[in-house]
Amino acid sequence: MAPRLIPAHRPETPLTAGLPGPWTAIAIAIVLAAYPLLMRELGEDFYITLGSRVLILALAASALNLALGYGGMISLGHAAFLGAGAYTVAALAGQGINSAWIAVPAAVAIAGLAAFLVGAVSLRTKGVYFIMITLAFAQLFYYLAVSLPVFGGDDGLQLTERSNVPGIKLENDLAFYYFVLFTAGLAFVLLYRLVSSRFGRALLAIRENERRVAAVGYPVFRLKLMAFTLSGGLAGLAGALLANLSMGVTPHTLAWQQSGLLMVMVVIGGSGYFWGGITGAAIFLLLEEAVSTHTEHWNLVLGVLLLIIVMVAPNGVMSLRERVISQFRRKSTQ
Amino acid sequence: MNPILHVEHLVKRFGGLVATNDCSLEVASGEIHALIGPNGAGKTTLLAQLSGELASNSGRILFQGRDVTRLPVDKRVAAGMTRSYQITTLFSKLTVRENLAVAVQARTGRFFDVFGTVAGDSDIEDGAAQAAESVGLLDMMERVVGTLSHGKQRALELGMALACKPKLLLLDEPMAGTDPEESQRMGDLIHALRGEHTVILVEHDMDAVFRLADRVSVLVAGHVIATGAPEAIRANPEVVKAYLGDEEDEKEAA
Repeated sequence: MAPRLIPAHRPETPLTAGLPGPWTAIAIAIVLAAYPLLMRELGEDFYITLGSRVLILALAASALNLALGYGGMISLGHAAFLGAGAYTVAALAGQGINSAWIAVPAAVAIAGLAAFLVGAVSLRTKGVYFIMITLAFAQLFYYLAVSLPVFGGDDGLQLTERSNVPGIKLENDLAFYYFVLFTAGLAFVLLYRLVSSRFGRALLAIRENERRVAAVGYPVFRLKLMAFTLSGGLAGLAGALLANLSMGVTPHTLAWQQSGLLMVMVVIGGSGYFWGGITGAAIFLLLEEAVSTHTEHWNLVLGVLLLIIVMVAPNGVMSLRERVISQFRRKSTQ
Repeated sequence: MNPILHVEHLVKRFGGLVATNDCSLEVASGEIHALIGPNGAGKTTLLAQLSGELASNSGRILFQGRDVTRLPVDKRVAAGMTRSYQITTLFSKLTVRENLAVAVQARTGRFFDVFGTVAGDSDIEDGAAQAAESVGLLDMMERVVGTLSHGKQRALELGMALACKPKLLLLDEPMAGTDPEESQRMGDLIHALRGEHTVILVEHDMDAVFRLADRVSVLVAGHVIATGAPEAIRANPEVVKAYLGDEEDEKEAA
């Protein structure tokens, strides 16, 4: 038996940088729980709904981050899984099935199944080919939704009411916010466990050097497929919430621009950082909101702002933390 | 002789090129079996076929009597065959400890365990420390691999394969790019494996090969033309003509 050495300092590496600290999570949870109450006090109910929207897209971006940031699978087709979740909820509602206990798990299952099938084919390719084939699959879903009458064509599907949760009226925007917070919170706890588990470490290792991971005996393809499936399932969960927020779904949710937006959010926030998806979604949506109330040409202004962010923090906003810490260390040793 | 590995009439074609041509080989349990041959003889291709990275067109690979010809890499590692790389293939942004931990974790299975946390898993930590000790890297556990010297990276390359606790190690030019001192140290590490592991050693450094190997096989154009003790191989006229002779010619030409 080799002696155990207890090191003074373990350097932060890509393996540990992607893992969250529990105190940050608790602080964020408290802030998010207090936020709508503050907005109600201020009489700004609109911002409660905006908060729900940020949380839902934060979940969708974090789902993509699992595949893209942790697994190194650059998917340009995640709108398909978001849309699969949203369409499942809307289609079930059209059949008179409004119970959240049925609709939400069904949305996750359908989106997960779609991701499993797409992944089983796409993950046999690498690099640009993977990007293109995921995009192609997403377009396939898009045209399916547009052309099939059961999915409402260009108009999509409307909800007459939000999903039913016994004892809670989700029509109330405050109640809906807490429903979203609770659901997304559960998903983040799951993600947290996932990325700090044996599976999570294997996934990070695959991103760093796939060939070596295979050589030491991991079933790389199956691990990536599992990550892609879970990522798709979580995106489907976000889609189910999104359909409830918007009271329906249009093919726009499935469009490639939506996949691109999710990717922009992950890149801004920090791909491969636990809070990357959340940070990116919050920055993007809040900037969009702030700029669009002031000018008609908000797209241009937003584009410039995003460009500045990416130039200041090419590895995402979450990577700034390490940079600040390492600069502080350098100064203190000088 | 108690063979651990039987290679029977193995073939690998890349389009019209036959890289491995009716290759047959027997490796005895516990020996260091060197595989030598001129550039382009197909040594690396054969190694990739043995490890499972390349599928074979025909022929059989029997490991401990079991046909592994169609098994994927992970199943072969689980059975006890692990390779190392000629071009260092490490997680260069991770520490030595993290590199070895990834390899040890693979050995302990539970690939789809999404709940148990890996932080502070003592089985993994101990396994990593053990592997580090066996290649002399115990005092560098927290160093980021990209900052290590080439020689240390080569040692870790061997450590990664050892961390899988293989019965059969497939070493692809472990001395590649090392200076004489590092090469000597790597030789000592490989020498220490004798008995505990069976080793197939692909190596260009002839001094190391003749010093370390129990037996040597000579690969020419994807075919084993001779197998025997180092002295016998050195004296074999066919080998001298096909391989060592070539090297002499090259030296003269240069």
